[in-house]
Amino acid sequence: MSIIRSLTLLLFAIIMINPAFAQDQNTDSGRALLTNLAEAPASEVEDAIKSIVRSGDERARGWLEAYGANRLSRIKDTGQVVLVLNNRGRDWEIADPLTGENMGEMSRRELDRVAINNRIRGQLEGILAILDLNAADPDVREASARDLMGKVDAALVEPLQAQLETEENAAVRDRIQAALAIYRVGEGDLDAVDELSGSLHPRARAALSEAVRGDNPALAAKARQALAAIEQKLKLNSAAETLYFGLSMGSVLVLAAIGLAITFGVMGVINMAHGELIMLGAYTTWGMQQLLPGQPGLALILSIPAGFMVAATAGIIIERSVIQFLKGRPLETLLATFGISLILQQLVRTVISPQNRTVVTPEWMSGSLVINDALSLTLNRMYVLAFALIVFAGLMLIMRKTRLGLEVRAVTQNRNMARSMGIRATRVDILTFALGSGVAGLAGVALSQLTNVGPNLGQNYIIDSFMVVVFGGVGNLWGTLIAGLSLGTINQLLEPWAGAVLAKIIVLVFIILFIQKRPKGLFPQKGRAAEG
Amino acid sequence: MSLFEEFANRDRVFEFLTPVESPVDVRHGPILYLEDVNVSFDGFKAINNLNLTIDDGELRCIIGPNGAGKTTMMDIITGKTAPDTGSVWFGSRHNLLRMNEPEIASLGIGRKFQKPTVFEALTVFENLELAMATDKRIIPTLRAIMRPEYRERIDEVLETIGLKDLRDNLAGILSHGQKQWLEIGMLLMQKPRLLLVDEPVAGMTEQEMERTAELLTSLAGKQSVVVVEHDMGFVRSIARKVTVLHQGSVLAEGSMDQVSNDPEVIKVYLGEEA
Amino acid sequence: MWLTRPLRERSTQLFLGVLFAALAVVTLLHLTMPEDSPFYVSSFTVTLMGKYLCYALLAVAVDLVWGYLGILSLGHGAFFALGGYAMGMYLMRQIGDRGTYGDPILPDFMVFLNWQELPWFWHGFDMAWFAFLMVILAPGLLALVFGFLAFRSRVTGVYLSIITQALTFALMLAFFRNEMGFGGNNGLTDFRDLLGFNLRTDATRLGLFIASGIALAIGYLICRGIVTSKLGRVSVACRDAEARARFLGYRVERVQLFVFVVSAMIAGVAGALYVPQVGIINPSEFSPIFSIEIVVWVALGGRATLYGAVIGAILVNYAKTVFTGVMPDAWLFLLGGLFVLVTVFLPRGIAGLLASRRKKQDEPTDTDSDTGKEATA
Repeated sequence: MSIIRSLTLLLFAIIMINPAFAQDQNTDSGRALLTNLAEAPASEVEDAIKSIVRSGDERARGWLEAYGANRLSRIKDTGQVVLVLNNRGRDWEIADPLTGENMGEMSRRELDRVAINNRIRGQLEGILAILDLNAADPDVREASARDLMGKVDAALVEPLQAQLETEENAAVRDRIQAALAIYRVGEGDLDAVDELSGSLHPRARAALSEAVRGDNPALAAKARQALAAIEQKLKLNSAAETLYFGLSMGSVLVLAAIGLAITFGVMGVINMAHGELIMLGAYTTWGMQQLLPGQPGLALILSIPAGFMVAATAGIIIERSVIQFLKGRPLETLLATFGISLILQQLVRTVISPQNRTVVTPEWMSGSLVINDALSLTLNRMYVLAFALIVFAGLMLIMRKTRLGLEVRAVTQNRNMARSMGIRATRVDILTFALGSGVAGLAGVALSQLTNVGPNLGQNYIIDSFMVVVFGGVGNLWGTLIAGLSLGTINQLLEPWAGAVLAKIIVLVFIILFIQKRPKGLFPQKGRAAEG
Repeated sequence: MSLFEEFANRDRVFEFLTPVESPVDVRHGPILYLEDVNVSFDGFKAINNLNLTIDDGELRCIIGPNGAGKTTMMDIITGKTAPDTGSVWFGSRHNLLRMNEPEIASLGIGRKFQKPTVFEALTVFENLELAMATDKRIIPTLRAIMRPEYRERIDEVLETIGLKDLRDNLAGILSHGQKQWLEIGMLLMQKPRLLLVDEPVAGMTEQEMERTAELLTSLAGKQSVVVVEHDMGFVRSIARKVTVLHQGSVLAEGSMDQVSNDPEVIKVYLGEEA
Repeated sequence: MWLTRPLRERSTQLFLGVLFAALAVVTLLHLTMPEDSPFYVSSFTVTLMGKYLCYALLAVAVDLVWGYLGILSLGHGAFFALGGYAMGMYLMRQIGDRGTYGDPILPDFMVFLNWQELPWFWHGFDMAWFAFLMVILAPGLLALVFGFLAFRSRVTGVYLSIITQALTFALMLAFFRNEMGFGGNNGLTDFRDLLGFNLRTDATRLGLFIASGIALAIGYLICRGIVTSKLGRVSVACRDAEARARFLGYRVERVQLFVFVVSAMIAGVAGALYVPQVGIINPSEFSPIFSIEIVVWVALGGRATLYGAVIGAILVNYAKTVFTGVMPDAWLFLLGGLFVLVTVFLPRGIAGLLASRRKKQDEPTDTDSDTGKEATA
């Protein structure tokens, strides 16, 4: 009820702003229309409603909604029709339906509710829908046409067909036709079944199922066929949705793992604090938004370079202070960096808060892209997917086309030879580690848009990240991309019948078994070089 | 673990002293037989239609430029690398391609690596102890005890390889040459029928080299020995028969003089050396 | 015999001497001192020390595989927890109809979940012998299957560490699920008695403490027996030069599997003794951080020494008790710092510091005592 109330208020607020409606109350035709409705005997209520609709008055929607919600009353003394804003308690808060002006409270004894019966209430929805079909905004028209599906009755057919004549927008026309077809299927029209056979709207399916159960055998047979076709289409759509979620989850895995693919895969350094570098990136986004209140979008965009820098700096500190002393001792590196991860987590808990922080999603990233009735893709995931691909492409470019990439590959393949050729191996180590760490920071920026930002954020991704890198084949960026995307998709495919936790367990066990079958991952490096 | 089993074990005491009853069937001639072996790594043909036969008791030297496939060939014989095609037989009974490294080792093929590989955290004595030809399954190893005859055997080998004074030192402190000797000593402890020796004299002094030559020559006859070596002087000093590998297949075979006069060999190998 | 051989070493004699002396002193102080005496050891402290002893046993198990076999297991917590769960299931069944819901067969959480009958894997746990067998078999079996697959495909080094971590993580997720039938999130708790002894009495607690000490002694002896045997030297050989060991005819993967399984079983026993003392077992014991913490105990104490693992486990856990009490925030900083400092500055741990002076004289004597065996054998 409160939604209707606020809608009503909103509508009136809009009307109030518009100077065209600041008419003299006495000359306002609305008064007469409302009085007519309030005083009509039950048999003439329909006519009274129709005359309100036909009046084209922009306030009509508000009035009729209030009427449907039992919030239209008449003051017994004056006969004035008012809107009831709050009907709790003894005294009701009322407002003038013509101006929206609050008229204060009045005892409910002095008010007389404008009666409505259930038949009228049922029609009212359809009538309201038709009202919106005249709106200027085609999106509003389409939405209202969609609402009409399954609600069309004999009385609406004629006005809808009239609407169809004048409607120019194809999408809106399709909706109206579908709405009419649903009605006609109910009436036993065989051709209407054809019109519905492509529709994914649940109401269309409901109408067809109804027809299948009905006692018209020809119609039932045809409807069954149409339903089967729809089911087929639905399956495709749900497959597409699973794929989308899978790719989205995969892109998160790729983002989390790709930095590791550089530090672990290329440099051979086991960095268990990688997850915490991701966390730092996410907190950078949060911090940026604190610095720029009210501009979440700008803050997010600035967070991309900032997150990279913060994580890269942290990475350099870790490399210089610990990892460089543990060269060639991978297991010790693992332990030491794990210690660093504990310190970083606790640092965030102590300095910021042990609680999760909320990162605002900017407007242009929220909402979803509606493909059809059964499929809509959330925008934030799409951005993250695109971001992951861009980061991947960027890294590929750096490794393949730049001097740094060449030096990194040289140092990892033969350190001594590279040094003797004048490559400063230490500098390459630092830069590579900074690059891998910076990418972890980028992953954090992206993750802040999908999950809660808290001290444990990184911990949740570290095992997954290692799994992705190892599964894809160490030292192979393409392998990481494919492994990440495919693991994400496999996980999503399993989820419907196994549940989220079990799906994760199955994927982990799968990787554990896979590594034992192919210890070098999907795309191993071959030949003599790989032995060393 | 029971006392009874301890006693029951006693009848295996002299097993060590009995001549090794090799399961290898050499009645039909060669002890090692490679036919049409091919291996490629990422398209690079490391071994190309290799055919090689080693007779029982023979001492064979294998030479060839870098990348000729010498080490890969040893990897194939010892089960480390599986060839793409071809067959490898030990005697006429054992198909080596069907076995893994420990099985091949237990069969009596010992191998010395190019880079000396010893157990650096164990003493010289312990290194030899582990190499000894005994039951190498888990539980017998757990319950193994040092018998006097084992100790004698190890001391004997220590004497042979000249590391007697270092017996209780960690192998990690040995010099490069000493490690080479220790590794050869470990091969001797294994009592193999066939020894594959990869560059035994690298990092050795002139005298050490001489002793190594002496040792390897003395082994021949009882055991078959295959030596891969770069040092031509050393090869000349021990070789009876030399095989030249080039690009993964046999280029020439014969006595050192025959081989060194072969124009093909001079072209690809000795020519470059000179 | 391999198991009794270590008894003739000085280091083992010293270790066992100190351990039993400590057990005796704590027992005496607990029993004879009046409660207001400064020397009185409270029941709470006895249980706390019992807990440390279980951790020490677990650390010894980890040191066996990490120190002597070079396998850094980041999943030993899983074996510990499995042993703990086996014990927990027995204790659960011992509650009988004294639970909140009074069901004679079903544990409380199953009644709560509306289960009608006991899942098949809960059968038999009402019998102590079966449960105690499972304490060893369940972790042993997991280690056998996992190790068989891993070692056969020669997964070693960092890869193995990562997949052991994934293993314990997967198990943690699994045990968190109610459907698994192990009490989900809450785990198993509310235990009453063990072998008829009430777990809440001081005498039982003291008994468990002593049992933990004896288990540590036996576990230490088994590990020491293995590492001083020829198999121990083969393990070191596999650790340092796997290929060489293989070409000498040793089945490296079997050596690894054997030692790994033994280690997992010891960890299971440690878990089983731990559970009745802390009174609960839940999936957090499977968490990867716990497993990796065990490794740092060993690293601090000194890898490949066994007694170092014991020292490390007790030291770190004592520090944990102190710090989480006094300033809980500082503990993770300290633990994290410990990881870094030990690996960078103290690679051989405390035992390394202690032994570095004696090492030169000790090593030959060790060999002598081994090889001197022949006279008595």
